[in-house]
Amino acid sequence: MFEGYTASEIGAIFAMQGFAGLSLFCVFLLMALGLAIIFGQMQVINMAHGEFLTIGAYSTYLMSVVAEKHAPWLMDYYFFLAIALGFVVAFAIGWLVEFSLIRFLYKRPLDTLLATWGLSLIMQQGFRSMFGAREVSPTLPEWLLGSWQLSDTIEIPINGLLVVGVTAVLTLAVFFLLFRSRWGLKVRATTQNRVMAEAAGINTARVDRNTFALGCGIAGVAGAVFTTIASTGPTSGSLYIVDTFLVVVFGGAASLFGTIASAFSIAQAQSILEFFINGSMAKVITLAIVIGILMLRPEGLFASRVRK
Amino acid sequence: MRRHIHLRWLALAAALALAGGATAADYPTAEVNTTGLAVTDDAVTVGILHSVTGTMAISESGSVEAEKLAIKQINDMGGVLGRKIEIIQEDGASDWPTFAEKARKLLVNDKVAAVMGCWTSASRKAVLPVFEKENGMLYYPTFYEGLEQSKNVIYTGQEATQQILAGLDWVAKEKGAKTFYLIGSDYIWPRTSNKIARKHIENVLGGKVVGEEYYPLGHTNFGSLINKIKLKKPDVIYSIVVGGSNVSWYKQLKAAGITSDKWTLLTISVTEDELLGIGGENAEGFYAAMKYFQSLDNENNKKFVAAFKEMWGDDSVIGDVTQAAYLGPWLWKLAVEKAGSFDIDKIAVASNGIEFTGAPEGYVRIHDSNHHLWSKTRIGRIKKDGQFDVIYESDLVEPNPFPEGYQ
Amino acid sequence: MITLTRRLVGSRSDLAALLVLAAVLLVVMPLTLDIFRLNLVGKYLTYAFVAVGLVLCWGYGGILSLGQGIFFGLGGYCMAMFLKLEASDPVTTAIQSTPGIPDFMDWNQLTELPWFWVPFESFAFTLFAILAVPTLFAFLIGVAMFKRRVTGVYFAIITQSVAAILTILIIGQQGLTGGVNGITDLRTLLGWDIRSDGAKYLLYFLNAALLLACIVAGRYILSGKVGKLLLALKDKEDRVRFSGYDVSNFKIFVFCVAALFSAIGGAMFTLQVGFMSPSFVGIVPSIEMVIFAAVGGRVSLIGAVYGTLLVNYGKTAFSESFPELWLFLMGALFIGVVMAFPDGLAGLIRSERLRRVFGRPPLAAVTRTGALAARDPAPPAASASADAALPHAPTGTDR
Repeated sequence: MFEGYTASEIGAIFAMQGFAGLSLFCVFLLMALGLAIIFGQMQVINMAHGEFLTIGAYSTYLMSVVAEKHAPWLMDYYFFLAIALGFVVAFAIGWLVEFSLIRFLYKRPLDTLLATWGLSLIMQQGFRSMFGAREVSPTLPEWLLGSWQLSDTIEIPINGLLVVGVTAVLTLAVFFLLFRSRWGLKVRATTQNRVMAEAAGINTARVDRNTFALGCGIAGVAGAVFTTIASTGPTSGSLYIVDTFLVVVFGGAASLFGTIASAFSIAQAQSILEFFINGSMAKVITLAIVIGILMLRPEGLFASRVRK
Repeated sequence: MRRHIHLRWLALAAALALAGGATAADYPTAEVNTTGLAVTDDAVTVGILHSVTGTMAISESGSVEAEKLAIKQINDMGGVLGRKIEIIQEDGASDWPTFAEKARKLLVNDKVAAVMGCWTSASRKAVLPVFEKENGMLYYPTFYEGLEQSKNVIYTGQEATQQILAGLDWVAKEKGAKTFYLIGSDYIWPRTSNKIARKHIENVLGGKVVGEEYYPLGHTNFGSLINKIKLKKPDVIYSIVVGGSNVSWYKQLKAAGITSDKWTLLTISVTEDELLGIGGENAEGFYAAMKYFQSLDNENNKKFVAAFKEMWGDDSVIGDVTQAAYLGPWLWKLAVEKAGSFDIDKIAVASNGIEFTGAPEGYVRIHDSNHHLWSKTRIGRIKKDGQFDVIYESDLVEPNPFPEGYQ
Repeated sequence: MITLTRRLVGSRSDLAALLVLAAVLLVVMPLTLDIFRLNLVGKYLTYAFVAVGLVLCWGYGGILSLGQGIFFGLGGYCMAMFLKLEASDPVTTAIQSTPGIPDFMDWNQLTELPWFWVPFESFAFTLFAILAVPTLFAFLIGVAMFKRRVTGVYFAIITQSVAAILTILIIGQQGLTGGVNGITDLRTLLGWDIRSDGAKYLLYFLNAALLLACIVAGRYILSGKVGKLLLALKDKEDRVRFSGYDVSNFKIFVFCVAALFSAIGGAMFTLQVGFMSPSFVGIVPSIEMVIFAAVGGRVSLIGAVYGTLLVNYGKTAFSESFPELWLFLMGALFIGVVMAFPDGLAGLIRSERLRRVFGRPPLAAVTRTGALAARDPAPPAASASADAALPHAPTGTDR
């Protein structure tokens, strides 16, 4: 398919295709990061994860409406506030959900699946009642919209850069929190041995609540960022749920490194296949390869070697 | 007399007299309803069957609003044959068997005289056998792929050739387009439409299709596709992406530098409704081929838009399908009055050739035999505020659901 | 002979529960409902096949599949292909460019019937395919998964992805499958109009009878060695393995049985509703069917039927009365069942107060195996054992 093109054109396409793969990787990682914490660390199957993404998206929308009406001078920068708001709102709702629902179900992980499915129905209808059935579009600052002309032929999307940037910051933050902070130590201790952790004076109930809320908060950030590349509607979040679970499971549930590796490989496979064959078949083949590998390595790419 | 239907909204009583003062007494129930429909001496029941929950609620809520507006206006004028229209609304829940179930409920249990409803082809295909079996009448508002015709359905939207051919002719003539890249969501309407488009491009316009691709419904990443488009440099990107994917598609196009100053994009799947979600700034300057735009400059449309906003709020927008849905109750009313009966068989025949001059899109006429509408095709250029500049208008196009040479 | 009867229907109270269900389905419903509502109940009952299968593989085997829609859909599609071919005879399709093939193929420029459609011109082959195709597919998935000891959440997510793949494939290959619209406008079965009221009555009874037969078959399986082993491996899989059993074979078997039941449901669905579409293969219906089983009580075959009826009745009733609010009510129902009644309707029946009214609990079959004591005062016996499905479970202690 490359006959009749100059070397520089082909080089440009490869560069842009590389960036497309990179931003898809970041999208997958953003989607999956919150779930990796909730599912990987707590074994809670949160089917409402997509709806927490939607919370972030609607927070951005609300913020943009408020900024447009009351503080037009803020329009250029409100987006960063919106990301923070997405985190806070999703965190708060996640906290409430854990308190009123999830904490009763830790002994029954498959039941969390059913309960959170019910929760996702309620949340979807809640969005519909509050914001209407139609999709909304937050007014994004002008600087976020265009592309960055690197050379004559290479154009890099700014919103892609934003996704990459936020993903990098968020991933680093999560790593720091989990592996370099005192709180992270408590989380890991609780995951590995709840009884011992309690004996050591850790309030495991509180750790659980904050961990779940953190996972939801991260989903909120992801949702806020996704408004730059995707839709904001009552059912937008449910589009992501299958991919998200697959990324987390493929990576090895309890391993954050695994989640990153799996997001990277799935994104690259899909992005390259989409370029050389068509979209629908690319999706089918990617999913099939992932399932094939999962059959060979049922615990995912990076299984944590835990002796039970 | 019917040419000035909108005038009657203003002077209600006088209009009633003008319309011949159709009171229920002139049309005894036993005569106008011989098949046991839900028609009494002072009321007639119709059904509304759309998704108000689930993924399709995004698109279908506008249709529900338009149908309710039309029915309210008809009732304010005195109803149909002197009978007030009452509504039973059912939720299809974006689920095709539910549509079939609810359609059967409306026809068998509620005996409604007509149903305004459905949006996707899949929901229409699911209810069609029910309407044919139970002999109901469906007014279907969406532009769709054609290849269908039924005694029990009036198609108030455009079938594929009406919408596609005029748009392609325009872009070939005005933009001198020779190469086309066809893109669609992966289901029957985009695939059938692109097939028709491809035949027209290759056989009639002498152009070339340099790429044709489909992505699953709900797909949100178009990075690779956009790179392929940049590689092929088509004169026109012809897009039939729908639903949530639409928003991602236009946002990512804009972010990748594919904007209207350097590229031409023609779509048949973006109305004012979709632009709410996409954001006008993300698709500014691209073209859409539709039969109706909210910004159409005519008296009927101004009244319609004002009435719609009065009933459903100033923020409402009206897309092509919403307007087509608004035609349903009016076309049914005209058919009932022409037939002098609510009987489905009589309406099915009486509908042929009915003219409606009060339509917001302008004059429309039901085809003499195929139950589709003669309508104009217009090209709109997307503006930043989510509205369209109407820049071209075709003559009335004959509906041709089974186009020879395009299958 | 006595043992066989006993294995088929269980104890006296099991028999009573089965007879009550039979009476409800075969006598009460047809007498009290008009044909429209009865047809709806018939449609719900086709989902009950899936729920009954889930009781076997999830409630007893501990295998949660989020892809049962695959098998329901495959069974339904096999039936739909036969009916579509019958509805597409050259006379009725004379206006097509190629008469005699289904309309959607003609629209997609197919000029002859694809090879895999050809055998579906035979009714005998169709019946065979309805049973064999989904079961074989389940066997393949089962072998691939269980031999590799994929369990619990992993299995759930993988089956869900398989469902997603299949949906995308069916929608994408619309010339061969009818695409997103599915296979519609089915009219006759061997010349017999399935849309008439009489046919609907007959199909309803056939459907109910098949469902009862599946329940009895399920009872038979559970009361034998397989049933005992399933319960044992749900509680302590490793111990069963160390006792010398090849655990995976039992799992594959019960998964195949569940798939077979689902497929029968799918075929009956197509007959009663008159079309089949990819929306039944997908993830949402698959999860909903798990919820039917959960509401019924995941270890009660009969409870699954009542659960299915209750949820679907709720869905229809809510959506007719509160079209804009019914999702709230459905969501609340799911959460309520999981939180307050983890053993579903069957758990309610088992509670002390009701036991006095009904005599021995209808779950005596379970009690007899000794693994799940109905009299156990600790309520969520079933759910505690679901812990075996933790993400780390596949490793077990033997690695």
